[in-house]
Amino acid sequence: MELRCDRLWLYLLGGAILVFLAAPSVVVAVTSFSDSQFLTFPPETWSLRWYHAYADSIEWRAATFTSLKVAFLTTLIATPAGTAAAYSLRMLGTRFSGAVQAIYTMPMVVPVILIGISLFFMFARIGLNTTVTGVVLAHSMLAVPFVVITVGSGLANYDFAQETAARSLGAYRLKAFLTITLPQIRVPVITGALFAFLTSFDEVIVAIFISGGDSETLPRRMFTALREQIDPTIAAISTCLIIITGGILLAVQAFGFSGKRSRS
Amino acid sequence: MIFSGDINAASLARDGRREFYGMAALCLPSFILVFILLILPIGWLFWMSLFNADGAFSAENYVRLFDSTYTSTLVTTFQVGFLVTVISVVLGYPLAYMLSQLPPRLAGLCTIFVVLPFWTSTLVRTYAWMLLLQRKGIINSALISLGLIADPIRMVNNMTGTVIGMVHIMLPFLVLPLYGVMKSISPDYVRAAANLGAGPTRAFWTIFLPQSLPGLTAGMLLVFVLCLGFYVTPALLGGGRVIMWSMMIDSSIRLYANWGAASALGVALLVMTFCVLWLVNRLFGLKRLYGESR
Repeated sequence: MELRCDRLWLYLLGGAILVFLAAPSVVVAVTSFSDSQFLTFPPETWSLRWYHAYADSIEWRAATFTSLKVAFLTTLIATPAGTAAAYSLRMLGTRFSGAVQAIYTMPMVVPVILIGISLFFMFARIGLNTTVTGVVLAHSMLAVPFVVITVGSGLANYDFAQETAARSLGAYRLKAFLTITLPQIRVPVITGALFAFLTSFDEVIVAIFISGGDSETLPRRMFTALREQIDPTIAAISTCLIIITGGILLAVQAFGFSGKRSRS
Repeated sequence: MIFSGDINAASLARDGRREFYGMAALCLPSFILVFILLILPIGWLFWMSLFNADGAFSAENYVRLFDSTYTSTLVTTFQVGFLVTVISVVLGYPLAYMLSQLPPRLAGLCTIFVVLPFWTSTLVRTYAWMLLLQRKGIINSALISLGLIADPIRMVNNMTGTVIGMVHIMLPFLVLPLYGVMKSISPDYVRAAANLGAGPTRAFWTIFLPQSLPGLTAGMLLVFVLCLGFYVTPALLGGGRVIMWSMMIDSSIRLYANWGAASALGVALLVMTFCVLWLVNRLFGLKRLYGESR
């Protein structure tokens, strides 16, 4: 199909909607380099003032560090757990996968606000509120489905005869998996790990309820700050977050796998 | 011969069972995670909704959902959900249609503009709209300096801001599955229609549109159901004037520590979510929508 001139209106309209989708991120990124307290677009004078404010603030630094730590630990838990689940779902075949898959879709379809309050309630009983452990566990639960889906779709195209061959030659199952299967499904595994990281790093609602104090994550701190007043430092932080997200997506794209997230 | 066959069958069955248990054990870590941190607490919440403040078994919490404070929240939630869904269709359909008509390379490039916001933090995107829409924000100053308006338009801390922000967040949820469906519609049908004398407009309305309807319906229901549980964007862009369901749940707990009310609201939200998702699944198959549309 080639571009047709009589469809100009369609391309104009579609282009305008694409601009609507992309513009807010661009605006945030550009205004973050403004020098004034009241962010203007485009900035009258340019500076790194708000980036310095971000880097100099102990509270923002602590929240950023917590978020990175939580996201990293979440990735460490969710990736092996999700990979193991995807592997066993593939081996068990279609007999059980329907019911089991329903369980793995639940974290993606249950309204996050409900996950937040019910975890808050349960964690209050067992003393996990405002702890890093609690946030990591909750985020791992939210991230597992993304790993199961990405690794599962990778395994769907994988020829298990290779693993069977390795086992028939005397390799134990774990060894056969680690030396034959895993290297071949590394792309979906890494993709799943990146999505797990991003899921945790961006997560706001559950963190609003169960994190706090030493375990306050960056999105939670941003949310609280935004409720009070618009602090221009947030523009600088947002730009950093956009760059991190973009970087991870580029990495995923470079690995040749395109995934989709179904929740916000 | 028969004897050894029996031994084989028995040992095969034993191996099969062992294989099954081994594989099931691999599912266990993630299963425990989901069970303890999702199914158990939500079940607890459900259980709690059945008791009143004195700890007696009653339907009080559910009856209270019909109070005017709660019903007005319900109406607001549905209004927002409806508006966001309709606007998303108006903007999303042409965009998905354009993507499906572009040459693959260009379409891939344009899809990045849809996927990138999709993965960008909801909080960041909501903040961006706060910057754009506020009283002295970018849109107002642009309109004033162009001389189109004299005084700033109120676009934030109300319904307008909430809906704009939510449409921006929901649009990819509609466009991505719709684009997937439209891509699978063979252009031969439209060509055949043109061959038989239909103009481009007629071919679109009678051939293309009906075939894209399943994707559109599924996308719409999905956007609607996600709107029902939305929290961050209405909380920040609504400025306390748009009280949605999720915010009611939040304030029942934080302000009034009323777990009975919060849990009943939560259960109602969950039931409705599952009903709509069940409908989507029946109509279309969730798996096709997100799992394999690429």
